Amino acid sequence: MVSYWKNFFLKNGTAVALFLIISVGVWLFMMIILPQLFMLDFSIRANVPPPKFGTEEHYYTLEHYKYMLFGSAQASGTFNIIDLTVFFRTIAAAIFVTLIDLALCYPIAYYLAHVAIGGWSRLMVLSLIVPFWVNEILRAFAFKIIFGSTGVINNVLIAVGVLDSPYDFIRNDIALWAGLSYAFILLMIFPIYNAVESLDKNQIEAARDLGSSWLRIHWRIVVPHAKPGISSGCTMVFMLTAGALAAPQILGGPSSLWFTQIIYQGFNQAGNWARGSAYAIILLISCIVLVLVIMKIFKVRFGEMMK
Amino acid sequence: MSADVRLEDVWIRFGDFIAAREINIHIQGGEFFTILGPSGCGKTTLLRAVSGFLTPSEGNVLIGGTNMAGIGPNKRPTALIFQNLALFPLMTIWENITFSLEVRGASKQERRNRAEELLELIALPGQGEKMVNELSGGQKQRVAIARALCAEPEVLLLDEPLSALDLKLRQHMRTELRSIQRQVGITFIYITHDQGEALTMSDNVAVMREGVVEQISDGNSIYDEPDTAFVASFVGENNRFDGKVSSVSDGIATVDTAEGTIKARLSANTDSRVSAGDDAFVFVRPEAIQFVNGTAADNRMNTKVYHEEFEGHFWQIFLDIEKSQKRIKMSYVNDGATRVHSRGAELAIGFPAQSAIALPQGALAAE
Repeated sequence: MVSYWKNFFLKNGTAVALFLIISVGVWLFMMIILPQLFMLDFSIRANVPPPKFGTEEHYYTLEHYKYMLFGSAQASGTFNIIDLTVFFRTIAAAIFVTLIDLALCYPIAYYLAHVAIGGWSRLMVLSLIVPFWVNEILRAFAFKIIFGSTGVINNVLIAVGVLDSPYDFIRNDIALWAGLSYAFILLMIFPIYNAVESLDKNQIEAARDLGSSWLRIHWRIVVPHAKPGISSGCTMVFMLTAGALAAPQILGGPSSLWFTQIIYQGFNQAGNWARGSAYAIILLISCIVLVLVIMKIFKVRFGEMMK
Repeated sequence: MSADVRLEDVWIRFGDFIAAREINIHIQGGEFFTILGPSGCGKTTLLRAVSGFLTPSEGNVLIGGTNMAGIGPNKRPTALIFQNLALFPLMTIWENITFSLEVRGASKQERRNRAEELLELIALPGQGEKMVNELSGGQKQRVAIARALCAEPEVLLLDEPLSALDLKLRQHMRTELRSIQRQVGITFIYITHDQGEALTMSDNVAVMREGVVEQISDGNSIYDEPDTAFVASFVGENNRFDGKVSSVSDGIATVDTAEGTIKARLSANTDSRVSAGDDAFVFVRPEAIQFVNGTAADNRMNTKVYHEEFEGHFWQIFLDIEKSQKRIKMSYVNDGATRVHSRGAELAIGFPAQSAIALPQGALAAE
């Protein structure tokens, strides 16, 4: 350990090494660890206004976690159906969005890495990136307009004769899924692209030469090779979708609530930071556990994902 | 089962660049055929046209009499061994070898059995469970061969598969490849830029230059009876003299060069004969040059020794010809009687007209 740090200083020079250590340290501690610790602390204390912080009324309790499961004390004996439903629906929707992104992005990434050539592939990458110069919230509003009852999609479908009357994409959550899928598409494409791109083209040709169909080439050669990239893409998209707020707020139908919206309400409307914190912690831990379990099932190791 | 391969008037173009020009080759079933040429001569392109990864711009590829137009690489009776082998690193050795059976839906038991048979053939019995990166270079090489053979191809295509190996292993693998070919009896088409590999292994060799096949014949004829100046200078060591033919009689050309008048035989191939007045190259192999002691000889030259190298079973001497200062190379068998030729020593050499060949300058004229 000592020799590692000694080496680190020798390799980078004292000034750079110090800068790296301090900046990374400050970033990690101030921006990530400290806020989470505060949130954890909030979540296991009674909900009191700030002047009473540190007083006897600010005691430790698990009531907010309990609330998530069973609702208020008055309604004892039954589960907190509303919040739990939203929670599981959010997780399921996030998984669904991740799968949509995977299905969309794998072909694109493969195409970019192994089929498109030179200027054409650069143009494609550019056209993938450019829309993200527009602010996330503006993009969500754009989706709302496109999917609206008098939006482009409805107009076209009615003009072509597929629909008689406008279809309510927003109420049926289709606008939301589309918006969320689009929001994190780059985070899926680039890790997969990086992984697929490093595959030796001869491997594909060798499999082809040995009689393999394209489907089998992807299943046996390309996907196993790209697995680390696929899992890091899926992890990022899943985490960010489950934690998304703007898109569900804008594109969500009147009856569909995203779990982050409940957390938001806890902080901003109900004035219940403690419950908001508890819910945020629950979401965070559930997502991490889920990702770890899925990684275990698909035998992906952390080290590989970081490549 | 082996099939013959026929290339008929094959042209391959990439935009304005012509990678292969009017190629006509007929490879017999069961033959070990080598395409030899410097890098960039179009030999790999030709191989890709046979394997189906590339469609010729013009002409036909026939395997076993069947035109391969429109038939993809996965449907052709060929198997390709890649220069970098392209083994699948995430599969075990036995899965690698039997990938072609997996494609055909063979049962696991059947695949395991076949893998073990092939592992016997390549002298790696019981190594099926290992991963690719646990093998040495030569072992990987043999696994690649087994994987290709498992597909039971009628034609095996090899794209410089030995180029990554060290010298000793390469020489060993030459023998091994040749014996595997005799054992399985299928047609081998072997691509290389190494003339040693071409001459030792092949039944027939095609020498290519810039998309053109310069000569097709067995290794001996390629070496002893080159059709073109390019073949003469590319295959094996050769000394080249630049001159003009002054007369031709009885199959012997008299060529005026800066080194003096040289007498050299004409090519056996009537298309490659020079006649009086032509610009010509005279080629003399280093081993054809002899020491001359007073006696008259054909093509006698006075030289000074520049440098001498001991190669074990033969000596190689670099000589500067007095008349033109041109440096030539001669070699002679090490018979144990050491002859030390120190630098600057004067040495008379000569070579019989029959050991030298006069060829049209052709494509090498400008160089």
